[in-house]
Formats: sequence, C-alpha cells, structure tokens
Amino acid sequence: MAEPLLRVENVSRRFGGLLAVDAASLSAQAARITALIGPNGAGKTTLFAVISGFLKPTAGRVRYDGEDVTGEAPHRLARRGIARTFQIVQPFAGLTVRENILVGAHLRHRARMPALALAEEAGREVGLGDVLDRPAHTLTVAGRKRLELARALATEPKLLLLDEVLAGLNPSEIRDVVPTIRALSARGIAVVMIEHVMQAVMSLAEHVFVLAEGRIIAEGSPAQVAADPGVVEAYLGHGAAAKVRSAHAR
Amino acid sequence: MKGFAAIAVAVAALACVPLFVHSNVVLNFMVVALMIALAGQGWNILGGYGGQYSFGHAAFFGTGAYMTATLQVRYGVNAWLAFAAGIAAGALVGAVIGGLAFRAGLRSSYFALVTLAFAEVLRILAGVAPITGAGVGILIKLDLRPQSFQFQSRAVFYFVILALVALSLVITRLLERSRFGAWLIAVRENEDAAMALGVDAFAVKLGAMVVSAAITAAAGCFYAQYFLFVDAGIGYGPWISIEALLTPIIGGAGTVFGALLGALVVKSLGEGAKLLTGDAPGLDLMIYGAVLVLGIRFAPRGLVGAVTDAYNYFRSAMQKPAAEAAHG
Repeated sequence: MAEPLLRVENVSRRFGGLLAVDAASLSAQAARITALIGPNGAGKTTLFAVISGFLKPTAGRVRYDGEDVTGEAPHRLARRGIARTFQIVQPFAGLTVRENILVGAHLRHRARMPALALAEEAGREVGLGDVLDRPAHTLTVAGRKRLELARALATEPKLLLLDEVLAGLNPSEIRDVVPTIRALSARGIAVVMIEHVMQAVMSLAEHVFVLAEGRIIAEGSPAQVAADPGVVEAYLGHGAAAKVRSAHAR
Repeated sequence: MKGFAAIAVAVAALACVPLFVHSNVVLNFMVVALMIALAGQGWNILGGYGGQYSFGHAAFFGTGAYMTATLQVRYGVNAWLAFAAGIAAGALVGAVIGGLAFRAGLRSSYFALVTLAFAEVLRILAGVAPITGAGVGILIKLDLRPQSFQFQSRAVFYFVILALVALSLVITRLLERSRFGAWLIAVRENEDAAMALGVDAFAVKLGAMVVSAAITAAAGCFYAQYFLFVDAGIGYGPWISIEALLTPIIGGAGTVFGALLGALVVKSLGEGAKLLTGDAPGLDLMIYGAVLVLGIRFAPRGLVGAVTDAYNYFRSAMQKPAAEAAHG
C-alpha cells in the first residue's frame, strides 16, 4: 500500500480539564475519500483544526507528504496543499462570490487574470457559475457551503478537509453536491470529510474512522463500521447494540 | 483602466482650481483639505481596506513632520531629502507599532487603543525631549526657494499636495487590483477564513500598516514645509488621528475616493459652520458634530456608498418601467 498523504499519529488536544481529542490516529490517501464520523462533541472539528494548523496539539504528530508539519501555521499548511472548509460557513460577506473564490485562487497565482480564470472555473465546478457576481451574503445555506468548497478548491489542494459540507442541505441539494465531491477524489485529491449524513458517507467514503469522546473507536469500510457494536453503542447509548441485534433477530 | 481614468478626471478637475481662484484664503483652505485627504488616505489603506481601525495615525503624521523639521533645522539636511526621510521614518514607526500590535494578536478595539497609546506616548515624549524642541516646538527657517521646498505662491504648494494626493489615489487603485489587496480585504472580512486560504494575515496587516504609515507621514512632512512649524500638540496630537479616520469614514472607507471626498466635505462643513455662526463660540463645532452623526447614521458606508446606492436605485427604477413596457 502506498504511503498515505496524511498521517495523524496519537494526536491529543486538551482544553483545560477537557480532553477533546485523546490519542487519535488516522490516515488519508490521495484519490480516496475518507470519512470521519462520530456523535456530536466527539472532537471531530477539533481534530480538523489540529490538522489544518488552527490549533496546536497537546501531544502527537501530524505528518503530511512525508514531513512532520505538527503545529505549523494555517497559511503555511495551505501553501503545502492542505485546504479546509468550515463547519460554520465563513464567507467574506461583503464581497461577491467571484471575489471570495479569487482570494483562494491567488494562493498559487499572483497575477490577476489567471487567478480570475481559476476562480471562475472553481465556481462553475461546484455549481455557482450563475451567481458569481452576487454578493456572498445573499447566498442560501446550500450556496454558502458550495462557496466554502469552491474557495478551498481554488487553492489547488492535495488534501481537502471538508467539515460537514452536507449538513443543513435538503436531499436534492445533497444529491447535487455528492458527485462534485466524488469528482474531486477522482482528480487525485485526498478528501477527508466530517459528515453526519450517513447515506452520503456510505455511498461516498471508501474508508471510515469513527471518533467518540475523543478516541478513534473503529475504522474500516463503511459496511464494517456500521456493523461494529461499539459504533452503534457510541451513537445510541450503552446496550443499544444488543437491542438492535435482538430486534433484527425477531 | 476604468479606475485610473476616474482618478485622472478628478485630479485634472482639482488642478483647474488655482486657474479660477486667486483668493489666498480659498487656496489655503484647499491645501489644508488635500493634506487631510492625504493623511486620511493613509488611514484608509489600513482601516478601510484592512479593517484595522487605528486611533493613532498621529504617530505617523507627527514622525513625518518632526523628521522633516529636525533634519533641516538641526542637521542642515536638504528639505527634499528631509521630506523623503520623514516618509521613511513614518513607515518605520508603522512597522514597529504594527509588528508589536499584530504579533500580539490585537484586533479591533484593542488594536485601536494600542495605536492611540503609542501616539500619546510620542506626543508626551516630543513635548519634553530637547531634540524636538520640547514644549516650544521647531520653527523651520523661512527660505522661499524651491530647493528648500518653500514657495512664494500658495498655488505651487497646492500643486505639490495635489500631486501627492494623486499618487496616493493611484497607489490605492493598484492595491485594489493586486493580490496583496485581495488578501488585505479578505483579512478585513474574515481573518480565519483568509488564513485557511493561505493568507499570512500577520504579514499582510504589517505590509498595509507600513504603506498606510508612509502615506500619512507624507502628509505630516508636507505640514512642516507648509506651516514651517511643528510642536507636540500639532504633530502627535489627537486632532490629526481623528481627522485621518473621520475623512475616509465620512467619504467611504475602503474606496479609492473616500478620503478625498470626505476631506473636502468635512472641511467645507467645518468652515461653513464657522461662517454661519459668526461669533458664537463653539456653535460651529455643535453643527459640525451633529452633521457627522447624521451622516454616519444615514450613510454608514460613507458618501461613496450612499451615491452608489442612489445610482443603483435609480437605475433599477428606470429599468422597471422599461421592462414593463416591453412586456405590455
């Protein structure tokens, strides 16, 4: 098996008395979609913040592309090719959609014209082609999620961290975005997605990590993970696995 | 290109003023208004485009003025060289204050307070240090020759300050279209999102601070040459910090013409209120203050914003009947 692009090794992050992430390890490979799931408050977003440099880990290492990048600043990691979206969308509200994406496009293109061309291309790729000149604050929730995705794409990443890009979307909007994500992975980008929409995780992800109370409690294919009693209990509470099994047996 | 044409038109229109107006009072008014516009344009780069609201741009204005005056009076340096040195010194002070404040991660009101504190410290130091003339200030010797950057005619001073303002407008326009400008605006809108997209927020803010400080320092250098005098209250006093932030905010922060428009309007308002109220002391300031409050209340994006809104409103109002006629 090829060396993974991203390797998170025993990362912990403590906030005062709360151990938000507890010795979590995961890896992600190019051209593959990896999912990180887990109940609310499991520490998924914290782990993303550590990988993308917004938080320094209390312990553990983050290796990317064969190098130790633990604790590096977010903008340096972005230059290395790590892009992230925010769970709580963070548009540049006063700017147009095109200007928003342009900021990302400028990362690898100093001149305005090539950056504008790339911004337009990224906007079209996520389906924002018709609203490029609208102010970002007029977009719907679905539009803002797409904008997050387009901005991240415009940085031409090798590793894309998607924090709940599907949350808050209706089923038809989800059906629109899923092929976009699949296309990114087909282009060779390593995609890691935090997601609560299980149907999407099951259809998209090739490998799933389950985080609960800061620990990775299971990993494997979507089917393996869904069948894991520990995972069912993490979501539904202690003893739930047995109840589910007996319900199926009946 | 569109933006540069607008700058050319505005500057050409202003350049015609001395051809029609020979009154020294009016020309003096215009010179001061343009000097404030220059100081305000400096603030506009950092505050308007970068969203970092400084309350202490006097630190740069005063450094420019004192450096120009001190080098000439104490060290006999040529006035033009002293002028350039004043701008460089202002930029350096900007780099130091910016480096400390941004490295410490100060944002919004904390940043404003720290800049205010720096300006006040400099004011107090300038008021006691012998090199700055302490409480007396520095008087530049009258020497009405171009090589001393002094001119017989006010019109020449007018063209000098107009050229500096024109240069600041061009710099602002270039900034708007550049990668640095896109990054600076992104930092203003959302610093975290900008960092996630690879923007080195610290470097961008520091760069904006240096450019901003240099432009405001140029206004200070000009002050020293024009009035041939500077003391602590003038150079580092809160008045210039306030003028520098008020003019772009009234005119339209984060726009090329905001500071210029704001300076002309605010200064006209101040003079108009004085004429109107005659001898009643303080009444002009009350009128001045009231109009500013109303302006900020009803045109929060400044005059440029208000004009843009009105233009868009009328354009859509004009298009609607036309569209209805086409359908009917």
